[in-house]
Amino acid sequence: MAAPPRHATMQSISNGSTAQGTDRPQTQQTPQAQLSQQSPGLRVPSNRKTIYDRHLNRSRNAELSRASFAFLFGEMVTYAQRRVTGIQDLEKRLNEQGYPLGLRLLDLLFYRSTSTSSSALSSSSTSSSPPNRPLRIITLLHLIHGPLWRLLFNRAADALEHSVSPDTPNEYMITDNDPMVNTYISAPRDMSMLNCAAYVAGIIEGVCDGCGFETKVSAHNQPTELWPSRTVFLVRFGDPVMEREKVLERAGVK
Amino acid sequence: MSYYFTILSPTDTPLFNIAFGTSKGGGDGIARFRFPETAQYMNQFIIHSSLDILEEAQWTNGGMYLKHIDTYPPAAAYITAFLTPSGARFLLLHQPPHLPSSTSTSSGLGSSSLLGTAGSTTRASSSSIAANPTSPQTEEAVRQFMNEVYESYVKTAMSPFYKQGMEIKSPVFRTRVTAAGKKWL
Repeated sequence: MAAPPRHATMQSISNGSTAQGTDRPQTQQTPQAQLSQQSPGLRVPSNRKTIYDRHLNRSRNAELSRASFAFLFGEMVTYAQRRVTGIQDLEKRLNEQGYPLGLRLLDLLFYRSTSTSSSALSSSSTSSSPPNRPLRIITLLHLIHGPLWRLLFNRAADALEHSVSPDTPNEYMITDNDPMVNTYISAPRDMSMLNCAAYVAGIIEGVCDGCGFETKVSAHNQPTELWPSRTVFLVRFGDPVMEREKVLERAGVK
Repeated sequence: MSYYFTILSPTDTPLFNIAFGTSKGGGDGIARFRFPETAQYMNQFIIHSSLDILEEAQWTNGGMYLKHIDTYPPAAAYITAFLTPSGARFLLLHQPPHLPSSTSTSSGLGSSSLLGTAGSTTRASSSSIAANPTSPQTEEAVRQFMNEVYESYVKTAMSPFYKQGMEIKSPVFRTRVTAAGKKWL
């Protein structure tokens, strides 16, 4: 056991002028007290700053290099492509990579909009009061369409639509005309169905799930003349969500 | 006033808990619950039983701070809740001191077996933050406390080594919560 002697010497140094004889009983007690305070095993960076000392808003307006993002995202796709059975499997993996990010962004988004006076959430009525958690589908989708998209890509998404078919009232579509994740990705011809924005779909899924809305989100290519990489995110809410939505509508909750 | 604070994941896994006492009005920050030392699980029992009410309140009130949601009269325990947008629940149980005059050190433990008598007498006893759990001042103090914990929680959640649903073991986090408790409660 090397720890007790080391603490004993530290103690005698810090006490400095006190006599060794009187110091002895003290050193018997203090190592435990010190250990319980400092909790062994915790490693602190050399500048003594942990993640708890950093301010969450510091990187708020910081911008990330697009080149490094493109590189990292390209690597993520390559990583996900290993040992996959097909395009669906690959998209599922990308989706799973995005999911935890969505959960985190949700907390960060709310923290940032509560701590600053200029609220980033359009759904909140006044800028000073903290924004509300989304309770209804529409508020949630507006949250994704506006604030979340701005946090991720610095602009709002291009469209938000509800399915017109009466068979699928639980389907909503968020459109991005030119998704940033696909800017530097060109899929080979035999994988033309692949849309790497499945990663973003995973983020959306994480956000919805975090708010308590069970969802499946998928990304689909829908190119137009003007926007060759136009992507539609299909958001499908689960049956329990739709049932709750009806109850909340009757109760008049907004 | 004694406090028991706990964080529960959206799937009801306890992520963090801490018991502490008030530091206001000469308090020494040590929890003195009315249960004997051997029955400290009562706190967990009471706090978890309020989850049903929380889940109801969750869909009618869109705020993050849900204020005082539940009371357990036999133990004079008041429960205040805070919900993060990602579904983690912060629950704070507060138990006012047993008698208005006996806020001094030993009384809490000494009278620990008298569970049933406290309820109504303490509520009317005093208007100070410590003794009156439902006053607006207390709600505000708890709100400040919750917001401060929320900040630390977001920092924890943003760590790439933390997955949602993992127990929060960081001693720095514990220190932060203790400090927030000392500052506001």
